[in-house]
Amino acid sequence: NDSACTVDSYGLSCFSPASVPQLTNSPTLIVMVGLPARGKTYISKKLSRYLNWIGVPTKVFNLGQYRREAVQSYKNFEFFRPDNEEAMQIRRACATNALEDVVIYFSKEHGQVAVFDATNTTRERRISIVSFSKEKGYKVFFVESICDDPNIIAQNITEVKVSSPDYVNCDKDEAQADFLKRIECYKQTYVPLDDEKDRHLSYIKIFNVGSRYLVNRVQDHIQSRIVYYLMNIHVTPRSIFLSRHGESELNLLGRIGGDSGLSPRGHKYATALGGFIKGQHIKDLKVWTSHMKRTIQTAEHLGIPYEQWKALNEIDAGVCEELTYEDIQENHPEEFALRDQDKYRYRYPKGESYEDLVHRLEPVIMELERQENVLVVCHQAVMRCLLAYLLDKTADELPYLKCPLHTVLKLTPVAYGCRVEHICLNIEAVNTHRERPGNVDITRNPEEALKTIPDHF
Amino acid sequence: MELPNMEYMMRRRCDSAASVPQFTNSPTLIVMVGLPARGKTYISKKLTRYLNWIGVPTKVFNLGQYRREVQSYKSFEFFRPDNEEAMQIRKACASNALKDVVIYFSKEHGQVAVFDATNTTRERRVSIVSFAKEKGYKVFFVESICDDPDIIAQNIADVKVSSPDYLNCDKEEALADFLKRIECYKQTYVPLDDEKDRRLSYIKIFNVGSRYLVNCVRDHIQSRIVYYLMNIHVTPRSIYLSRHGESNMNLLGRIGGDSGLSPRGHKYATALGTFIKSQHIKDLKVWTSHMKRTIQTAEHLGIPYEQWKALNEIDAGVCEEMTYEEIQDNHPEEFALRDQDKYRYRYPKGESYEDLVHRLEPVIMELERQENVLVVCHQAVMRCLLAYLLDKTSDELPYLKCPLHTALKLTPVAYGCKVEHVFLNIEAVNTHRERPGNVDVSRDPEEALKTIPDHF
Repeated sequence: NDSACTVDSYGLSCFSPASVPQLTNSPTLIVMVGLPARGKTYISKKLSRYLNWIGVPTKVFNLGQYRREAVQSYKNFEFFRPDNEEAMQIRRACATNALEDVVIYFSKEHGQVAVFDATNTTRERRISIVSFSKEKGYKVFFVESICDDPNIIAQNITEVKVSSPDYVNCDKDEAQADFLKRIECYKQTYVPLDDEKDRHLSYIKIFNVGSRYLVNRVQDHIQSRIVYYLMNIHVTPRSIFLSRHGESELNLLGRIGGDSGLSPRGHKYATALGGFIKGQHIKDLKVWTSHMKRTIQTAEHLGIPYEQWKALNEIDAGVCEELTYEDIQENHPEEFALRDQDKYRYRYPKGESYEDLVHRLEPVIMELERQENVLVVCHQAVMRCLLAYLLDKTADELPYLKCPLHTVLKLTPVAYGCRVEHICLNIEAVNTHRERPGNVDITRNPEEALKTIPDHF
Repeated sequence: MELPNMEYMMRRRCDSAASVPQFTNSPTLIVMVGLPARGKTYISKKLTRYLNWIGVPTKVFNLGQYRREVQSYKSFEFFRPDNEEAMQIRKACASNALKDVVIYFSKEHGQVAVFDATNTTRERRVSIVSFAKEKGYKVFFVESICDDPDIIAQNIADVKVSSPDYLNCDKEEALADFLKRIECYKQTYVPLDDEKDRRLSYIKIFNVGSRYLVNCVRDHIQSRIVYYLMNIHVTPRSIYLSRHGESNMNLLGRIGGDSGLSPRGHKYATALGTFIKSQHIKDLKVWTSHMKRTIQTAEHLGIPYEQWKALNEIDAGVCEEMTYEEIQDNHPEEFALRDQDKYRYRYPKGESYEDLVHRLEPVIMELERQENVLVVCHQAVMRCLLAYLLDKTSDELPYLKCPLHTALKLTPVAYGCKVEHVFLNIEAVNTHRERPGNVDVSRDPEEALKTIPDHF
């Protein structure tokens, strides 16, 4: 089977273009361009989070961090004056170091995409990056953020600059004033990507936080996906509410999967959820459920129109559907152990893996990005995948994220990440969380396998 | 609490976002903009085909057709900006087209209308925007800008010279007249303006896609349209579709499952390899599903291939690995329901053709991006892909003929696709079941089994 793509230990293919397969043999260097406070770091981190979640190893190389390591303490904007020769040397050296680290990331750490988060505002700098990439065989894609709205810029500065390590010992007004002078230093030498001169480069220009985009020469699948993603994200304040369905009949019995209805306590939760949602006074809330009874019954209590998404259905446990963990240990002890060995990639026979789930949830994530206030009523494994995306958790952490029944998570994007509030609605429910047991060997005893299973009726 | 009438609810479901759920309550009017021979009709038809396939009822309203109904074409003089009489006719045609758009949206359940005309003056566009605002329609402009004379000459040769307007002209005459027609439009052409039109939603496509300008995308459907338009290209290429070689389950008349190839199936795979080599295809990509039978087929080709889970055969749920006789025996009602609405019917614990289309959407998107591709897949999957490529309706889709051991070569040409069926002369069972006469739940077993294909 060696003309096929890489096959893992389960004999399973690792590919599906819902993620990015090894179509692109060359690594891709994404180069951010723009004045300070134009959202470059915001975009870098968000894009990186998305690419890693869909399975493309991506890393951000932030030049500011290199500079802070080289120049231990930041004094003031004078460092960034274009005529400050000494500083210029240091800044060039930092850029070189960052690009050296990119080479290591690609050649030794299996990276596929590197995001070079720096201003890259001069033509000279960009030309040198393009030569560097050409020499190494990397594809280059520029992402330029252009913004002339003083309100947006002021907002950015308040949210992330004033609290930056550079301004640890300054008060807000001092920091603000210095930062604005810093921007002026860059403005003097800023040359945006040019329609004519740069027509052979691959890039997207984002104007005023997304009201407008200019896209030039998309070369391949990954660049196309990056463009699609960037065109769907927004910065309008909103909250995402995640909740599982209320406790189900099968939950009570400790059985996984299936399509059962809510237990009496589950119905109570659904009512409580409705009360909580009303109390939040959320503007234009969209409610999404899966196609399964338990999420639909939960949403029914909310009294708000909801949409059903097949993509939100719980992970398909294949031959293990509707079994208890004790049943699984008895009937499929080897499978049970294999799953504990690699819970993210393990695929139930005739079922799915968490990795498959991520692939099928990608359109949900894309739509979640487009929307504003949304409540997603879903399932344990599904919620883990969504949460991993929103909170930038790795594939190793994802299958063990705690998503208990009868608890709502309210996620609000803030600065470069997401603030999470856990709201337990005080209705009792069984625990459905199974930690990774100590012994994951296929030769283990039943007791060792069943050590961490939660209680049930 | 039990759900009210699950069956009814299944029909009303707004499905996964791989299609467009009823987010958009307002219909969308897509307005093409551009000089003649800039690919407006090509884009209109292709976009419409895509939107219909993903489940968004879409229709093209081509102004040229309205004009041809009212007036037989003599020469480019009709399009001179100072031709008052012609101007009146053209305005009336535009009016009629927009009236038909209203009917399409209000009485025919349309969701997207593509107004395929030059719309090259600001005045015309302003009047369309007012019209749409008054009716509560969203407007999205698609402007195609091209100044490459080779591309334009190619377009004219491909589709203009053979247009009904030039039925009685020879190629040279047609070309000369058409170029003069373009000049008429150029005199009054005002492209969408960065400043003045900054509140309009639009995409400008430059030189067949090397560059795009996207402004004010307002909703999900516009975002999908932009994504689609940015992924299509016009580089000549061919798409080859084939099922896996005959499988052991095929021989037994069983559906689904994950069996290997039969001896004849292996023969086909070898023959397919030979056929592909003889085609001397440049940079061919080969895709299979995750199932043994497609992988075994691709193995014989001696070319690297990629496995897509999305290409797996339709999941027949509780009917997996059954023969039709067994399905009739064990699930006679389901069997009848399926015959009643084969596109939407979902096997218990399985999928419907409609679900298949949703999961194949990323495959279609990647197929658009690629050039020469061979897709080795399955009967239901191939029907879905073929329906997209050949613009078949959801009623036709589940009955498209996709026999074993036959490769289809599809080559985009003009506004559609040329299809060549290549039967590789290796015998195989027939797996095609026509819709029987009686689809009633109360029918006899014989009536249900009337159209099943033979098997061992």
